[in-house]
Amino acid sequence: MSGNPLLEVSDLAVSFNTEEGLVQAVDDVDLQVGPGEVLAVVGESGSGKSVTAMTLMGLTRGPNTTIAGRASFEGVELVAASDEELRGIRGNRMSMIFQDPMSSLDPVYRVGEQIVEQIRAHRDVPKDEARRRAIELLDAVGIPDATTRADSYPHEFSGGMRQRVMIAMALSLEPSLLIADEPTTALDVTIQAQVVDLLRQLNQSRGLSIVLISHDIGLVAEVADRVAVMYAGRIVEQGSLDEIFYDPQHPYTWGLLGSLTRIDRPRPRRLLQIPGAPPSLLSPPQGCHFRPRCPHAFERCPQTPGLEARLPQAPRHLDRCWLESEAKQELQP
Amino acid sequence: MNSAMVRFVVRRLLSMLLVLFAVSVLVFLIFNVLPSGDPAVRMAGKIPTETQIEAIREEWGFDEPLYVQYLTMMKKLFSGDMISYFTQLSVTEEIWKGLPRTLSLAIGAALIWMAFAIALGVYSAVRAGAISDRLLTVLALIGISMPVFWLGALLAYYLGFKLGLFPNGGYVEFTVNPLEWLWHLVLPWFALSVLFIGFYSRVLRSDILETMSEDFVRTARAKGLSERRVLVKHVLRNSLIPVVTLWGLDFGAVIGGGAILTETVFGLQGVGEYAANAIEQQDVPAVMGVTLCGAFFIVVFNALVDIAYAALDPRIRLEGGTGR
Repeated sequence: MSGNPLLEVSDLAVSFNTEEGLVQAVDDVDLQVGPGEVLAVVGESGSGKSVTAMTLMGLTRGPNTTIAGRASFEGVELVAASDEELRGIRGNRMSMIFQDPMSSLDPVYRVGEQIVEQIRAHRDVPKDEARRRAIELLDAVGIPDATTRADSYPHEFSGGMRQRVMIAMALSLEPSLLIADEPTTALDVTIQAQVVDLLRQLNQSRGLSIVLISHDIGLVAEVADRVAVMYAGRIVEQGSLDEIFYDPQHPYTWGLLGSLTRIDRPRPRRLLQIPGAPPSLLSPPQGCHFRPRCPHAFERCPQTPGLEARLPQAPRHLDRCWLESEAKQELQP
Repeated sequence: MNSAMVRFVVRRLLSMLLVLFAVSVLVFLIFNVLPSGDPAVRMAGKIPTETQIEAIREEWGFDEPLYVQYLTMMKKLFSGDMISYFTQLSVTEEIWKGLPRTLSLAIGAALIWMAFAIALGVYSAVRAGAISDRLLTVLALIGISMPVFWLGALLAYYLGFKLGLFPNGGYVEFTVNPLEWLWHLVLPWFALSVLFIGFYSRVLRSDILETMSEDFVRTARAKGLSERRVLVKHVLRNSLIPVVTLWGLDFGAVIGGGAILTETVFGLQGVGEYAANAIEQQDVPAVMGVTLCGAFFIVVFNALVDIAYAALDPRIRLEGGTGR
């Protein structure tokens, strides 16, 4: 993607002060999302994907949270922005949809009202105009008979339909960026495909940039332009979809991809698994966070490797591993 | 109101009538049939004459079959000639006389305790864990633990009798002098409210904290709503549902004579005080009337609560059947 990125995150770090101690949930995260681009952030639960996204929206702010680094979005510095400023951006220029559409809508209001509420929080428009807009949006995301359905309550919709309502609501002020946090995880497989199609279609027809947070590599392969792999609070590898899928550079990515069945590869006798469990973020290992589980760890690994381009032919393919490129070529599964 | 709501209300009101009928039969059985001995003797009082007992037996039809006795009782109740054999006054009329007083007490107190409970509950929840929250927890506990007769007596003695800030008990009709009416009710309202404020504010605080961690509250923030709007329209609106239920039931109980202590301490002469006197004198027709009156209000408010519940929570309406 050329030109100025829409969202540029650098050195983002988020830590929570808990009763057990300081949890470094996100550490040194760099991301860029260009206009119309779909960036997927993948990683297992607890790797910091959702915290990163919620922090961009300002939803992790609180007395026990420390946020450092920079995140510039449409020329606004999000980390330093006041609560008031952020409130004007979220739901307006940047929207978010969540994992569980069953519980993400307020049960006591009609869905139309909930969309109208969002529109009127940001624009001074009369109620009936906002309502017309809400119906248009519901129609656009594929809710049949939108005029009647706008007066239904959330419990009268199925899970997939509720996620469509969430998407319609997120799009109500034509944001330039949509953050989708595990948008299909709670849905049936057939419904997942429909929601993915909808997201892809919105990306293509409206040029909507999307940050897709997921642990579902299959879903990512379908829609993403670029992929960032997160592990224990850090991005360990970042590159285009093809670079990550066909030329992964980080041993964690190898393990992640090895744990999938792929129809473009001969079927393995047994799926690979990464031994051990992710480290506790209360006391992460020194240096590379993957070191304790990495079969290729060597003496440099107790120092933290930077997220850098290590392949001359791929300047935007970054990874965080000390291994020589030649060695990686050989070790790559 | 949509048709689901209308159907719900009709269904709920019909079942309320059924319950009222059942309650009246139960009261009839408990007072006139189940106890051993002659019901006419019990009604007549402590030292009745044979002619009095005979007259009562005749009047209530205690020689007739049970269903006739029941119908006679209901007829007496509604026609107002159910008479206390102690005071020779109509029980129905006495209750009617007491009702405006009890209603004045109940409505004012219910508004006061709900308003304070919401304010304190919200404040506590927003400040959860802070010193002010802990202080309110202690205050709520004190409020819940203070007996009404003690608090009422203290208020009446110090603020009423000693300082003379408020009248020392009694009641003035609203239609006679609205200001005096208000003045006479301030202490009773407050005395009755304290317990409920303590209790409700605790319930609301925990409901709010629970609601705050709901996904839809995160959505509301993500929409870019102001923190105030998130709190009032989404958090409070959902947290109030259980508290409104309690409110309706307690209000019904107070109107039905449940504020016996408050009414007696302040000499309001409402339904509660009438009930207390009737029980003390073993005045059977009066106790019967008060019991029916109390049951009536509790059943009615139960139905109203269910209807309010359905209005507050759209998920109830579709479930059909019994509501909650």
